Amino acid sequence: MTSGSLTHLQSLEAESIEILREVAASFERPVMMYSIGKDSSVLLHLARKAFFPSKIPFPLLHVDTTWKFREMIAFRDRMAEQFGFDLITHTNADGVRDNINPFDHGSSRYTDIMKTAALRQALNAGRYDAAIGGARRDEEKSRAKERIFSHRNESHAWDPKNQRPELWRVFNTRLNPGESMRVFPISNWTELDVWTYIYAEGIELPSLYYAKRRPVVERSGTLIMVDDDRMPLAKGEVPREELVRFRTLGCYPLTGAMRSSAASLPEIIMEMQASRTSEREGRLIDSDSVGSMEKKKQEGYF
Amino acid sequence: MSLSLATPDTDIALWLNQQTEKSLLRFLTCGSVDDGKSTLIGRLLYDSQLILDDQLASLRNESRNRTTGDEGIDFSLLVDGLAAEREQGITIDVAYRFFSTDKRKFIVADTPGHEQYTRNMATGASNADLALVLIDARKGVLTQTRRHSFILSLIGVKHVVLVVNKIDLVDYDEAVFDRIVAEYRAFAEPLGFKTLAAVPVSALRGDNILAKSERTPWFDGTPLVPYLEAVDVAEDRSAGKLRFPVQWVNRPNLDFRGFSGTVASGAVAVGDDVLIASSRKPAVVSRIVTMDGDLQRAVAGQAVTLVLDREVDISRGDMLSHPGETPEFSNQFQARLVWMSEEPAYPGRSYLLKLGTQLVPATITDLKFRTNVNTLEHTAATKVDLNEVATVTIATDKPIAFDAYASNALTGGFILVDRISNATLGAGTIEFGLRRAQNLTYQSFDVNRDVRAQMKGQTPRIIWFTGLSGSGKSSIANLLEKRLTAEGRHAYILDGDNVRHGLNRDLGFTEAARVENIRRVAEVAKLMADAGLIVLVSFISPFENERRLAREIAGDIDFVEVYVDTPIEVCEARDPKGLYKRARAGEIKNFTGIDSPFEAPSNAELVLHGAEAEPLVLADQLHAWLER
Ligand SMILES: Nc1nc2c(ncn2[C@@H]2O[C@H](COP(=O)(O)OP(=O)(O)OP(=O)(O)O)[C@@H](O)[C@H]2O)c(=O)[nH]1
Ligand SMILES: [Mg+2]
Repeated sequence: MTSGSLTHLQSLEAESIEILREVAASFERPVMMYSIGKDSSVLLHLARKAFFPSKIPFPLLHVDTTWKFREMIAFRDRMAEQFGFDLITHTNADGVRDNINPFDHGSSRYTDIMKTAALRQALNAGRYDAAIGGARRDEEKSRAKERIFSHRNESHAWDPKNQRPELWRVFNTRLNPGESMRVFPISNWTELDVWTYIYAEGIELPSLYYAKRRPVVERSGTLIMVDDDRMPLAKGEVPREELVRFRTLGCYPLTGAMRSSAASLPEIIMEMQASRTSEREGRLIDSDSVGSMEKKKQEGYF
Repeated sequence: MSLSLATPDTDIALWLNQQTEKSLLRFLTCGSVDDGKSTLIGRLLYDSQLILDDQLASLRNESRNRTTGDEGIDFSLLVDGLAAEREQGITIDVAYRFFSTDKRKFIVADTPGHEQYTRNMATGASNADLALVLIDARKGVLTQTRRHSFILSLIGVKHVVLVVNKIDLVDYDEAVFDRIVAEYRAFAEPLGFKTLAAVPVSALRGDNILAKSERTPWFDGTPLVPYLEAVDVAEDRSAGKLRFPVQWVNRPNLDFRGFSGTVASGAVAVGDDVLIASSRKPAVVSRIVTMDGDLQRAVAGQAVTLVLDREVDISRGDMLSHPGETPEFSNQFQARLVWMSEEPAYPGRSYLLKLGTQLVPATITDLKFRTNVNTLEHTAATKVDLNEVATVTIATDKPIAFDAYASNALTGGFILVDRISNATLGAGTIEFGLRRAQNLTYQSFDVNRDVRAQMKGQTPRIIWFTGLSGSGKSSIANLLEKRLTAEGRHAYILDGDNVRHGLNRDLGFTEAARVENIRRVAEVAKLMADAGLIVLVSFISPFENERRLAREIAGDIDFVEVYVDTPIEVCEARDPKGLYKRARAGEIKNFTGIDSPFEAPSNAELVLHGAEAEPLVLADQLHAWLER
């Protein structure tokens, strides 16, 4: 409801902090998903605020597909060092053994094994009963339908037709054995809110978000950055330097860059205001089919 | 036609400032199925140019073979984000969407019209300041229109816009509009909305959404979006009484102890006297801690950490207020309940109640009446079915801090949760607390075994162990009691040790005394089960007719005879109390198995073989049998 004297961003921040505290107070083994992107960075910042002067009372989990941008990994480790949080990383060992990669196995199989299955493995191994994520309702149609405290059954599946009613700020955090909760503290933020908050709070992001000359190749209309020499190049294909930045960060072979000269937050925000495409467009896994996100979530994708 | 996006060509900081200074309006759409709620929201998103090129392309694709406006788009597809919704063409769950104009930011909850999903409408309403009640101009005011309006009033949404949609399908007829508005106003009168505007629109074609439509020259009100930009819904929660529910105790080290929470209403400042609701102990606020530095004052909506000047016992669920302005603190209140589960609500049932950060077992003690959503009349009822609204009294296991919902939604709204499935079953709004003197309904309420059992969340039973001395009855009974207790059940063991020394001290070992012994034990077991307990009786009880007597006394209480079948040689070898030795030596007469018979039961519910497994395994076996 309206909270008279707070600005829009202040009330969003307070709401998220309240949700994070509710998780810490109600669950036995919470964990926070840390994907190193801008939403995760905001989440991390909010978690530090929520529990100050205590340290964040739960670990941060990074599912490492082994195909992340190199800079992301370095950034992740530096943040853990700087803020002293408990970092857990998990990689699907079976996938590594079978050398599963986005080039030979296709984006959807690769994602199934190195992301979805890996996440399930990590959550089962840690016996986490609540996993906090940085998803927002404005990202995608099926996310717009999801509760803040989103119930998952024993196999991590979401039942979109049977969600628990969620009234006021009274969250039902009760679980039966084996069940778990996904919690989305920044559900009500928009992409613009995230950027303005990052600007207002001076939150550090990986430099991949800012325009720089980077080596890229063009694959079916998408610019892919050649981040290391594992990237197979077609005969005669030569990476060229272009001034690009990323709107979202993920696995480098699956993350499209955009041509842009926006090298600072104000420039990015201005560019975003004029943009006519959605941020998910840069994520190759979502563009497969209408309803693909909903399907992935039912299978246990975040 | 556009809501005009900001083009930040001036100083970015200035522009960002404007962004954050914009006020926020949270609203929902509701009304009957197919009235065009999702279409309207899709239209708003489209007109505010929030639909980006890549989304638009896939939308046009999907809109083939569907009702579309001039743009070739079925706007409901923009909001109905679930596969099942697009297949069936209806909304199932709330969608939260965001848009903004030059003047305001909006969060809109598009809720389902279908009666089956009323709970999702209530979810959407609970955080909204204003509601768009849609009506299909061809159909007028329907039952579901009334139900939703009633729920709006119950949840406390005070501002309503009646959107008479599909006006294109009634030829933009003024008379139709006027008739519907008059009928709705008459119905809504007792619901007490603060503002009620009406606007004729076509969501599909865009009439009276952003600007006045030429097709309704007779309409002299404000079009929808300009109205939403201007309507005043502000309610300054900071002006109210201080309510600070403690959410989390912040204890990084021995030198710091703070209480983290969000100010629900009012304001708190350093130096303020505060009172703890549960203990009524006073303290003074010494610091208001945030990561951005200490504050002098925190207002409603702010998430902070309070430090007090003294060591006081406070935990999650406690509430701080100013002295003299304390919340109610009671274990009984009257509330209105919206039921959201297939399984009806019955008086006497026990649930978990969550209000703010407080979670307690609670029982519906009285169902005063149900409210008919069509006529708003009160009718007598014995249960509350899915989607019904009733007025009830509720008793909690221990007192909680609360306010009347009308004065504070955040400290007066609660949910009821199923104790077994953990599903959210219903939502309630407190009308007033009941003090003992006022508590007539509670007194007249019929307390019986079912009610007591419900409160304990278990089926009362008598589990009667029979078997030779040393067969393992007591070990198994003890392990079972531990396990049940660990599961939150309430169990009690009756055995020779705690009965022979007290209640049956006067009884010897004659035939008559043995029968009397069993009779008394069976009667006590029955009383305990009637009080809601699971009673574990561990007596040798060697005679078939003694056990039959016990079963008869138990009457309609669930009676489980468990025969712990351990061969006499094994029992004698164990001889934990040295009794067999003494019996063999002739020191004890009439000892079962030696010089008195043991009649093995022929109709025991369960036989446990005491020589073949550890007591723990046998206790598990029994537990599994009981759970089956
Ligand atoms: N002609 C006309 N058709 C409309 C208008 N608004 C909606 N419709 C049509 O009415 C049908 C139902 O629209 P929806 O938006 O799905 O209705 P709803 O109220 O969201 O339905 P539920 O969410 O399932 O309760 C669709 O076929 C729309 O195209 C309108 O203003 N004029
Ligand atoms: Mg709809």
